[in-house]
Amino acid sequence: MIEFIKQPWPWYIAGPLIGLTVPALLIIGNKSFGISSSLRHICASCMPANIPFFKYNWKKEVWNLFFVFGIFLGGAIAINLLSNPNPVEVNPKLAQELAGYGITNFNNLVPEDIINWQSLFTLKGFLLMVVGGFLVGFGTRYAGGCTSGHAIMGLSNLQLPSLIATISFMIGGFLMANLVLPFILSL
Amino acid sequence: MQQNTDLEKDLQLRELDAMCVNESRLEHKWYHNLKYLIVGILFGIVFVKAEVISWFRIQEMFRLQSFHMYGIIGSAVVVGIISVWLIKKFNIKTIYGEPIKIAPKTFNKGQIIGGLIFGFGWAITGACPGPLFAQIGTGATVIAVTLLSAIAGTWVYGYLREKLPH
Repeated sequence: MIEFIKQPWPWYIAGPLIGLTVPALLIIGNKSFGISSSLRHICASCMPANIPFFKYNWKKEVWNLFFVFGIFLGGAIAINLLSNPNPVEVNPKLAQELAGYGITNFNNLVPEDIINWQSLFTLKGFLLMVVGGFLVGFGTRYAGGCTSGHAIMGLSNLQLPSLIATISFMIGGFLMANLVLPFILSL
Repeated sequence: MQQNTDLEKDLQLRELDAMCVNESRLEHKWYHNLKYLIVGILFGIVFVKAEVISWFRIQEMFRLQSFHMYGIIGSAVVVGIISVWLIKKFNIKTIYGEPIKIAPKTFNKGQIIGGLIFGFGWAITGACPGPLFAQIGTGATVIAVTLLSAIAGTWVYGYLREKLPH
Protein backbone atom coordinates (compact mmCIF):
# COMPACT_ATOMS: atom_id res chain seq x y z
CA MET A 1 0.00 0.00 0.00
CA ILE A 2 2.66 2.51 1.06
CA GLU A 3 4.70 1.57 -2.02
CA PHE A 4 1.68 2.37 -4.15
CA ILE A 5 1.23 5.76 -2.47
CA LYS A 6 4.88 6.60 -3.05
CA GLN A 7 4.45 6.45 -6.83
CA PRO A 8 3.47 9.73 -8.50
CA TRP A 9 -0.33 9.86 -8.50
CA PRO A 10 -2.16 9.88 -11.84
CA TRP A 11 -4.38 12.82 -12.75
CA TYR A 12 -7.61 10.82 -12.37
CA ILE A 13 -6.83 10.23 -8.68
CA ALA A 14 -5.46 13.68 -7.85
CA GLY A 15 -7.96 15.78 -9.80
CA PRO A 16 -11.10 14.41 -8.08
CA LEU A 17 -9.36 14.69 -4.67
CA ILE A 18 -8.62 18.35 -5.36
CA GLY A 19 -12.22 18.81 -6.54
CA LEU A 20 -13.48 17.34 -3.26
CA THR A 21 -11.79 20.18 -1.39
CA VAL A 22 -14.64 22.40 -2.61
CA PRO A 23 -17.48 20.56 -0.80
CA ALA A 24 -15.21 19.70 2.13
CA LEU A 25 -14.55 23.37 2.94
CA LEU A 26 -18.18 24.32 2.37
CA ILE A 27 -19.48 21.60 4.64
CA ILE A 28 -17.01 21.97 7.50
CA GLY A 29 -17.46 25.71 7.81
CA ASN A 30 -19.14 27.45 4.86
CA LYS A 31 -15.79 28.40 3.32
CA SER A 32 -15.28 28.97 -0.39
CA PHE A 33 -12.07 27.38 -1.63
CA GLY A 34 -9.36 29.90 -2.48
CA ILE A 35 -5.70 30.33 -1.76
CA SER A 36 -4.46 33.66 -3.09
CA SER A 37 -6.58 35.53 -0.53
CA SER A 38 -4.16 34.26 2.10
CA LEU A 39 -1.58 36.68 0.66
CA ARG A 40 -3.99 39.54 1.20
CA HIS A 41 -4.72 38.46 4.77
CA ILE A 42 -0.98 38.40 5.43
CA CYS A 43 -0.77 41.99 4.15
CA ALA A 44 -3.77 42.99 6.26
CA SER A 45 -2.32 41.44 9.40
CA CYS A 46 1.32 42.49 9.00
CA MET A 47 1.37 45.70 7.00
CA PRO A 48 -2.05 47.30 6.41
CA ALA A 49 -0.35 50.75 6.15
CA ASN A 50 -3.71 52.48 6.28
CA ILE A 51 -4.56 51.20 2.79
CA PRO A 52 -8.35 50.80 2.61
CA PHE A 53 -7.99 47.47 0.76
CA PHE A 54 -6.26 45.99 3.81
CA LYS A 55 -8.31 47.61 6.54
CA TYR A 56 -10.66 44.80 7.41
CA ASN A 57 -10.94 42.31 10.22
CA TRP A 58 -8.48 39.71 8.91
CA LYS A 59 -9.06 37.57 12.00
CA LYS A 60 -12.39 36.57 10.46
CA GLU A 61 -10.46 34.98 7.59
CA VAL A 62 -7.85 33.30 9.73
CA TRP A 63 -9.11 29.88 8.59
CA ASN A 64 -7.42 30.61 5.25
CA LEU A 65 -4.04 31.01 6.97
CA PHE A 66 -4.52 27.69 8.79
CA PHE A 67 -5.35 26.14 5.42
CA VAL A 68 -2.21 27.40 3.65
CA PHE A 69 -0.03 26.48 6.64
CA GLY A 70 -1.51 23.00 6.22
CA ILE A 71 -0.47 22.99 2.56
CA PHE A 72 3.09 23.81 3.66
CA LEU A 73 3.03 20.95 6.19
CA GLY A 74 1.49 18.62 3.61
CA GLY A 75 4.38 19.38 1.28
CA ALA A 76 6.87 18.52 4.01
CA ILE A 77 5.08 15.29 4.92
CA ALA A 78 4.77 14.13 1.33
CA ILE A 79 8.43 14.72 0.52
CA ASN A 80 9.80 13.21 3.72
CA LEU A 81 7.53 10.22 4.23
CA LEU A 82 5.90 9.44 0.90
CA SER A 83 8.59 10.49 -1.52
CA ASN A 84 9.21 8.79 -4.81
CA PRO A 85 12.96 8.04 -5.05
CA ASN A 86 13.09 8.34 -8.85
CA PRO A 87 13.73 11.59 -10.75
CA VAL A 88 10.70 13.52 -11.96
CA GLU A 89 9.53 12.28 -15.34
CA VAL A 90 9.71 14.99 -17.94
CA ASN A 91 8.51 14.93 -21.52
CA PRO A 92 11.63 14.12 -23.64
CA LYS A 93 11.02 17.14 -25.85
CA LEU A 94 10.93 19.44 -22.85
CA ALA A 95 13.97 17.73 -21.32
CA GLN A 96 15.90 18.34 -24.54
CA GLU A 97 14.86 21.99 -24.67
CA LEU A 98 15.74 22.54 -21.00
CA ALA A 99 19.12 20.84 -21.44
CA GLY A 100 19.92 23.63 -23.89
CA TYR A 101 19.54 26.06 -20.99
CA GLY A 102 21.67 23.92 -18.70
CA ILE A 103 18.74 22.43 -16.81
CA THR A 104 19.54 18.76 -16.39
CA ASN A 105 18.72 18.07 -12.74
CA PHE A 106 15.25 16.50 -12.56
CA ASN A 107 15.58 15.21 -9.01
CA ASN A 108 13.22 17.75 -7.49
CA LEU A 109 9.90 19.28 -8.43
CA VAL A 110 11.61 22.67 -8.42
CA PRO A 111 14.51 22.83 -10.92
CA GLU A 112 17.56 23.24 -8.69
CA ASP A 113 19.76 24.29 -11.62
CA ILE A 114 17.99 27.63 -11.94
CA ILE A 115 16.02 28.10 -8.73
CA ASN A 116 18.45 28.20 -5.82
CA TRP A 117 19.91 30.69 -3.33
CA GLN A 118 23.08 31.34 -5.36
CA SER A 119 21.25 32.26 -8.55
CA LEU A 120 18.86 34.53 -6.64
CA PHE A 121 21.43 37.29 -7.03
CA THR A 122 21.83 36.88 -10.80
CA LEU A 123 19.57 38.59 -13.32
CA LYS A 124 18.04 35.27 -14.39
CA GLY A 125 17.36 34.17 -10.82
CA PHE A 126 15.95 37.57 -9.92
CA LEU A 127 13.52 37.41 -12.86
CA LEU A 128 12.50 33.82 -12.12
CA MET A 129 12.03 34.09 -8.38
CA VAL A 130 11.44 37.74 -7.44
CA VAL A 131 9.74 39.18 -10.52
CA GLY A 132 7.81 35.95 -11.14
CA GLY A 133 6.53 35.91 -7.57
CA PHE A 134 5.55 39.57 -7.76
CA LEU A 135 3.50 38.92 -10.92
CA VAL A 136 1.76 36.01 -9.21
CA GLY A 137 0.80 38.09 -6.18
CA PHE A 138 -0.19 41.21 -8.10
CA GLY A 139 -2.01 39.36 -10.87
CA THR A 140 -4.03 37.00 -8.70
CA ARG A 141 -5.36 39.80 -6.53
CA TYR A 142 -6.11 42.03 -9.53
CA ALA A 143 -7.96 39.09 -11.10
CA GLY A 144 -9.74 38.40 -7.81
CA GLY A 145 -8.52 34.84 -7.46
CA CYS A 146 -6.06 32.23 -8.63
CA THR A 147 -6.28 28.73 -10.01
CA SER A 148 -8.10 27.54 -6.91
CA GLY A 149 -10.47 30.47 -6.42
CA HIS A 150 -11.38 31.03 -10.05
CA ALA A 151 -10.51 27.90 -12.04
CA ILE A 152 -11.77 25.41 -9.45
CA MET A 153 -14.17 27.15 -7.02
CA GLY A 154 -15.54 29.69 -9.51
CA LEU A 155 -16.05 27.19 -12.33
CA SER A 156 -17.61 24.71 -9.88
CA ASN A 157 -20.20 27.38 -9.18
CA LEU A 158 -20.58 28.05 -12.94
CA GLN A 159 -19.41 31.66 -12.74
CA LEU A 160 -18.74 33.32 -16.10
CA PRO A 161 -16.21 35.84 -14.66
CA SER A 162 -14.20 32.88 -13.38
CA LEU A 163 -14.19 31.31 -16.84
CA ILE A 164 -12.93 34.60 -18.30
CA ALA A 165 -10.24 34.76 -15.61
CA THR A 166 -9.19 31.15 -16.21
CA ILE A 167 -8.88 31.72 -19.96
CA SER A 168 -6.78 34.83 -19.24
CA PHE A 169 -4.48 32.81 -16.94
CA MET A 170 -3.93 30.28 -19.70
CA ILE A 171 -3.30 32.89 -22.42
CA GLY A 172 -0.80 34.66 -20.16
CA GLY A 173 0.92 31.39 -19.40
CA PHE A 174 1.15 30.31 -23.03
CA LEU A 175 2.60 33.67 -24.10
CA MET A 176 5.16 33.69 -21.30
CA ALA A 177 6.23 30.05 -21.54
CA ASN A 178 6.63 30.02 -25.31
CA LEU A 179 7.70 33.55 -26.21
CA VAL A 180 9.41 35.18 -23.24
CA LEU A 181 10.64 32.46 -20.89
CA PRO A 182 13.14 31.05 -23.44
CA PHE A 183 14.93 34.42 -23.37
CA ILE A 184 14.97 34.51 -19.58
CA LEU A 185 16.28 30.94 -19.39
CA SER A 186 19.05 31.67 -21.89
CA LEU A 187 20.38 34.62 -19.85
CA MET B 1 -27.44 48.24 15.34
CA GLN B 2 -24.20 50.15 14.89
CA GLN B 3 -22.31 46.91 15.30
CA ASN B 4 -24.34 45.31 12.51
CA THR B 5 -23.52 48.04 10.00
CA ASP B 6 -19.86 47.78 10.94
CA LEU B 7 -20.02 44.06 10.28
CA GLU B 8 -21.63 44.66 6.90
CA LYS B 9 -18.99 47.21 5.96
CA ASP B 10 -16.23 44.89 7.00
CA LEU B 11 -17.70 42.07 4.93
CA GLN B 12 -18.08 44.28 1.86
CA LEU B 13 -14.45 45.29 2.17
CA ARG B 14 -13.25 41.73 2.57
CA GLU B 15 -15.28 40.69 -0.47
CA LEU B 16 -13.40 43.08 -2.79
CA ASP B 17 -11.48 41.08 -5.37
CA ALA B 18 -11.83 38.00 -3.27
CA MET B 19 -13.17 34.59 -4.00
CA CYS B 20 -13.13 32.97 -0.64
CA VAL B 21 -14.89 35.25 1.76
CA ASN B 22 -17.83 34.09 3.72
CA GLU B 23 -19.63 35.56 6.63
CA SER B 24 -20.53 33.20 9.36
CA ARG B 25 -22.58 34.54 12.23
CA LEU B 26 -21.26 31.75 14.36
CA GLU B 27 -18.34 32.32 16.66
CA HIS B 28 -16.01 29.44 17.32
CA LYS B 29 -13.01 28.84 19.48
CA TRP B 30 -9.70 29.09 17.63
CA TYR B 31 -9.14 25.34 17.58
CA HIS B 32 -12.06 24.90 15.20
CA ASN B 33 -9.61 26.23 12.61
CA LEU B 34 -7.58 23.04 12.95
CA LYS B 35 -10.11 21.44 10.57
CA TYR B 36 -8.76 23.68 7.84
CA LEU B 37 -5.22 22.81 8.79
CA ILE B 38 -6.02 19.14 8.27
CA VAL B 39 -7.71 19.75 4.90
CA GLY B 40 -4.67 21.83 3.97
CA ILE B 41 -2.27 19.03 4.90
CA LEU B 42 -4.18 16.48 2.78
CA PHE B 43 -4.35 18.98 -0.05
CA GLY B 44 -0.60 19.65 0.18
CA ILE B 45 0.14 15.93 0.02
CA VAL B 46 -1.97 15.60 -3.15
CA PHE B 47 -0.15 18.61 -4.62
CA VAL B 48 3.23 16.97 -4.16
CA LYS B 49 2.25 13.41 -5.06
CA ALA B 50 0.49 14.45 -8.26
CA GLU B 51 3.37 16.80 -9.16
CA VAL B 52 1.00 19.76 -9.37
CA ILE B 53 3.74 21.82 -7.73
CA SER B 54 6.32 20.71 -10.30
CA TRP B 55 7.83 23.51 -12.36
CA PHE B 56 8.31 20.93 -15.12
CA ARG B 57 4.62 19.96 -15.17
CA ILE B 58 3.62 23.60 -15.59
CA GLN B 59 6.06 23.99 -18.48
CA GLU B 60 4.63 20.84 -20.12
CA MET B 61 1.13 22.24 -19.70
CA PHE B 62 1.94 25.54 -21.39
CA ARG B 63 3.76 23.75 -24.21
CA LEU B 64 0.93 21.22 -24.71
CA GLN B 65 3.38 18.41 -24.05
CA SER B 66 1.37 16.58 -21.43
CA PHE B 67 -2.26 15.97 -20.57
CA HIS B 68 -1.51 15.61 -16.85
CA MET B 69 -2.36 19.13 -15.62
CA TYR B 70 -5.39 19.45 -17.91
CA GLY B 71 -6.65 16.14 -16.55
CA ILE B 72 -6.19 17.31 -12.96
CA ILE B 73 -7.82 20.72 -13.35
CA GLY B 74 -10.56 19.31 -15.60
CA SER B 75 -11.52 16.44 -13.32
CA ALA B 76 -11.31 18.69 -10.24
CA VAL B 77 -13.76 21.09 -11.88
CA VAL B 78 -16.14 18.26 -12.82
CA VAL B 79 -16.13 16.93 -9.24
CA GLY B 80 -16.55 20.50 -7.97
CA ILE B 81 -19.52 21.22 -10.26
CA ILE B 82 -21.27 18.01 -9.22
CA SER B 83 -20.60 18.72 -5.52
CA VAL B 84 -21.89 22.29 -5.64
CA TRP B 85 -24.93 21.15 -7.62
CA LEU B 86 -25.69 18.44 -5.03
CA ILE B 87 -25.21 20.90 -2.15
CA LYS B 88 -27.68 23.32 -3.74
CA LYS B 89 -30.13 20.66 -4.85
CA PHE B 90 -30.39 18.94 -1.48
CA ASN B 91 -29.88 22.13 0.51
CA ILE B 92 -27.03 20.53 2.39
CA LYS B 93 -26.01 22.37 5.56
CA THR B 94 -22.66 22.77 7.25
CA ILE B 95 -21.72 20.57 10.18
CA TYR B 96 -22.92 23.44 12.38
CA GLY B 97 -26.31 23.44 10.69
CA GLU B 98 -25.80 26.71 8.79
CA PRO B 99 -27.13 26.98 5.23
CA ILE B 100 -24.25 26.94 2.73
CA LYS B 101 -23.80 30.19 0.83
CA ILE B 102 -21.54 30.84 -2.14
CA ALA B 103 -21.15 34.43 -3.27
CA PRO B 104 -21.62 35.01 -7.03
CA LYS B 105 -18.86 36.83 -8.92
CA THR B 106 -19.31 39.97 -10.93
CA PHE B 107 -17.26 40.70 -13.99
CA ASN B 108 -14.61 43.40 -14.08
CA LYS B 109 -11.65 44.09 -16.36
CA GLY B 110 -9.30 42.97 -13.63
CA GLN B 111 -10.15 39.38 -14.41
CA ILE B 112 -8.61 39.84 -17.85
CA ILE B 113 -5.70 42.17 -17.07
CA GLY B 114 -4.87 40.62 -13.73
CA GLY B 115 -5.47 37.18 -15.19
CA LEU B 116 -2.88 37.75 -17.92
CA ILE B 117 -0.38 39.12 -15.38
CA PHE B 118 -0.90 36.09 -13.15
CA GLY B 119 -0.50 33.83 -16.20
CA PHE B 120 2.92 35.39 -16.90
CA GLY B 121 3.98 34.78 -13.31
CA TRP B 122 2.57 31.25 -13.30
CA ALA B 123 4.67 30.26 -16.33
CA ILE B 124 7.83 31.85 -14.89
CA THR B 125 7.66 30.49 -11.35
CA GLY B 126 5.88 27.26 -12.31
CA ALA B 127 3.61 27.84 -9.36
CA CYS B 128 0.36 29.45 -8.40
CA PRO B 129 -0.05 30.62 -4.80
CA GLY B 130 -0.97 27.21 -3.32
CA PRO B 131 2.04 25.37 -4.73
CA LEU B 132 4.37 28.09 -3.39
CA PHE B 133 3.51 27.02 0.16
CA ALA B 134 3.91 23.33 -0.69
CA GLN B 135 7.22 23.90 -2.52
CA ILE B 136 8.69 25.53 0.58
CA GLY B 137 7.48 22.50 2.52
CA THR B 138 9.38 20.17 0.20
CA GLY B 139 12.58 21.93 1.17
CA ALA B 140 12.96 24.43 -1.68
CA THR B 141 13.63 27.16 0.88
CA VAL B 142 14.48 29.81 -1.71
CA ILE B 143 10.81 29.77 -2.76
CA ALA B 144 10.19 31.69 0.48
CA VAL B 145 11.63 34.66 -1.42
CA THR B 146 9.13 34.06 -4.24
CA LEU B 147 6.33 33.91 -1.67
CA LEU B 148 7.46 37.15 -0.02
CA SER B 149 7.59 38.74 -3.43
CA ALA B 150 4.05 37.52 -4.14
CA ILE B 151 2.92 39.08 -0.85
CA ALA B 152 4.64 42.30 -1.94
CA GLY B 153 2.80 42.08 -5.27
CA THR B 154 -0.52 41.77 -3.47
CA TRP B 155 0.39 44.74 -1.26
CA VAL B 156 1.32 46.90 -4.26
CA TYR B 157 -1.99 45.96 -5.88
CA GLY B 158 -3.81 47.11 -2.75
CA TYR B 159 -1.81 50.34 -2.78
CA LEU B 160 -2.57 51.08 -6.47
CA ARG B 161 -6.06 49.60 -6.53
CA GLU B 162 -7.98 52.86 -6.93
CA LYS B 163 -5.82 53.92 -9.89
CA LEU B 164 -6.10 50.67 -11.84
CA PRO B 165 -8.81 50.01 -14.44
CA HIS B 166 -11.53 47.68 -13.18
